[in-house]
Amino acid sequence: MRPLFLALDPAKTLSKSPSLNVMSDHNPISYRRSSIRIVLSLLAVWFTASFVCAILARDWLDEHLPSIGNAPFGFWMSQQGAIIVFIILLIVYRFLMNRLDRQHGLVDPE
Amino acid sequence: MSQDFWNFLFIGLSFAVYIFIAIRSRAGSTGEFYVANRGVSPFANGMATAADWMSAATFISMAGLVASSGYDACRLLMGWTGGYVLLTILMVPFLRKFGKATVPDFVGDRYYSNFARFVAVVCAIFVCLTYIMGQMRGVGVVFSQLFGIDIWLGVIIGGAIVFFYASLGGMKGITYTQVAQYTVMAFAYTIPAIFISMALTGNVFPQLGLIGNTTGADGNPVAFLDKLNTINTELGFSKYTDGSLSKLNMFCITAALMAGTAGLPHVIVRFFTVKDVKAVRTSCCWTLAFIGVIYLTAPAVGAFARVNLIDKLQNTSYTEAPYWFAEFEETGQMAWVDKNGDGKIQYSGPGKATEGKSGAVFKDKPKHILGEDGKKIRGEHGQLLVSNEVDKTNPNELYFGTDIMVMANPHMAGLPRWVIGLLMAGCIAAALSTAAGLLLVLSTSVSHDLMKKIISPAMSDKVEMRWARGAALGALVIGVWFGIDPPAKFIAKTVAFAFGLAASSFFPTLLIGIFSKRMGRSGAIAGMIAGITFTLGYILYFQFNLPIVGKGTSEQLLFGITPEGIGFVGMLINFLVAFVVNIFTADAPQEVQDMVENIHIPTGSGGASDH
Repeated sequence: MRPLFLALDPAKTLSKSPSLNVMSDHNPISYRRSSIRIVLSLLAVWFTASFVCAILARDWLDEHLPSIGNAPFGFWMSQQGAIIVFIILLIVYRFLMNRLDRQHGLVDPE
Repeated sequence: MSQDFWNFLFIGLSFAVYIFIAIRSRAGSTGEFYVANRGVSPFANGMATAADWMSAATFISMAGLVASSGYDACRLLMGWTGGYVLLTILMVPFLRKFGKATVPDFVGDRYYSNFARFVAVVCAIFVCLTYIMGQMRGVGVVFSQLFGIDIWLGVIIGGAIVFFYASLGGMKGITYTQVAQYTVMAFAYTIPAIFISMALTGNVFPQLGLIGNTTGADGNPVAFLDKLNTINTELGFSKYTDGSLSKLNMFCITAALMAGTAGLPHVIVRFFTVKDVKAVRTSCCWTLAFIGVIYLTAPAVGAFARVNLIDKLQNTSYTEAPYWFAEFEETGQMAWVDKNGDGKIQYSGPGKATEGKSGAVFKDKPKHILGEDGKKIRGEHGQLLVSNEVDKTNPNELYFGTDIMVMANPHMAGLPRWVIGLLMAGCIAAALSTAAGLLLVLSTSVSHDLMKKIISPAMSDKVEMRWARGAALGALVIGVWFGIDPPAKFIAKTVAFAFGLAASSFFPTLLIGIFSKRMGRSGAIAGMIAGITFTLGYILYFQFNLPIVGKGTSEQLLFGITPEGIGFVGMLINFLVAFVVNIFTADAPQEVQDMVENIHIPTGSGGASDH
């Protein structure tokens, strides 16, 4: 048995992968563009939830947005909210990327 | 049942489970040893990564840090979770598709340069060694407190156990022990938190208790956070919900911790153990959810414990203090100096509620005074006397370590003794799981990246395995050595060093490698070296008294950015230098550019099908 970290030669992988042979609906450029769009929009939310809400605009948000329970909004984001948003982001990423892969026929056979 | 019984029971049981798992999952090939044959389920890998990620310091001290610094602590909370967003959407799916066993592997192949590989190996070893020292120390401290043995003996026992299952089972053994360890940690952390939350706020969920109501001094309900703010201001601290660091510094520290998290080699390799790219995405969700269980509880635990601690001790005479005060005094985690001679404990701070030590009762940890018969000498109220030089410029009389906020929780809430045994087992699980993960990266770095890829490429799989086990032993001996005799100043700066280095070297280099197919080796190497040199130089200059240049003062800080946050600036320098140098040097050759194209296609990474 060959150790598996040697087993991946890009050229071989490309021809070995059955899904790539039937990728009639796979357009590499549009796939790439869509996946970058997903990444950038998630990063925008990530940045807003952590750096903007919890640090940069924190004082303003504390004053102007409704409290979460008894905690001022910005403070709550910094201690709890940001982490919850991060978890949701990862679930959304998984969903969107898996859907994109399916649309482009990029699914490994089970 | 005595406390010792429960401690032995929980720790003994958990050890039996770890060793049983290790024997069941013996690794036969390097594929099993390095990446568990890529056959770990996303769910199990999520648990294992969470256990790997949360160290003894996170488990024991983070709640205490939150309690003492209030709002400011959010840089740790967000930094150490937000990094997983970067890790998931920018790094691991692509690195997993690339399909190699280690992070320096990617750096070496992507930049077609053994020099780049070598720089990456050195960084990986440095980061992991910094980290592992603190872990071994943590194990030793817990053992010594539990069983009354010397710290060095505790470190050696912990080291022997980690070596046993890490070198026997490799990644496979480590993964399944970490699953067990996460389970222990999660219960040990949340059970006391739930009971305290119910007692203090009437809420089962600590997260809701934090934003809920509690009973005020007059018996009417008041907002819990208002009560905490009142306590803080009455004692002379700044408000709990107020920050004391500048926005720019907060921004940089949070960003450096996030980028550092996404660049830590021992976290990245964990995602090489699952089947394919799709499984990586699922596994990332589980990982952050499992980490979130503890990170979302920590702020609540810290805040509750602070209220409880001050409630129970403030203006209480020493002789009437709760029983646990004397227990923690004995272990050096708490101390009391009767400055004003009224026999009562007073805690107060003109100093801000941050980790800045101004306003502390004395410097460093308490050193008890021993009599001629070797017994500790007690003062007129029965308190243990300390030989530390007492700071008389402030009225504060109480010393407590940050780990108290977790360790004393079950006592303060009056929970049964077995909960404390569980907590101890959780502490040890947290330290062991992180140490084992680091040990594996250290041994792979030596056996695979250094020996196999650079020095002796003709080496057989069997010889490589022997190197891996030998390197694990070597790394452990060094870890144990530093655990017994820690370079204290160095360990205290683990965060600055490990995260600064990962943020300024691995993160930008990997990111460019994945998303810019034209970046050539000259640019990448120049960027890496510029980032590391700047970051390390800055940290060393401001943290240590260097020969010739001396030590930096706080006025000299670049825009007021402390060493913890400088990794962010180092990262920007890395990006900048890399792209500028690349303008004047050759682009990556065509086959490397094709390889980069290929890692963005999510199919065809199935490692399990190779077997």
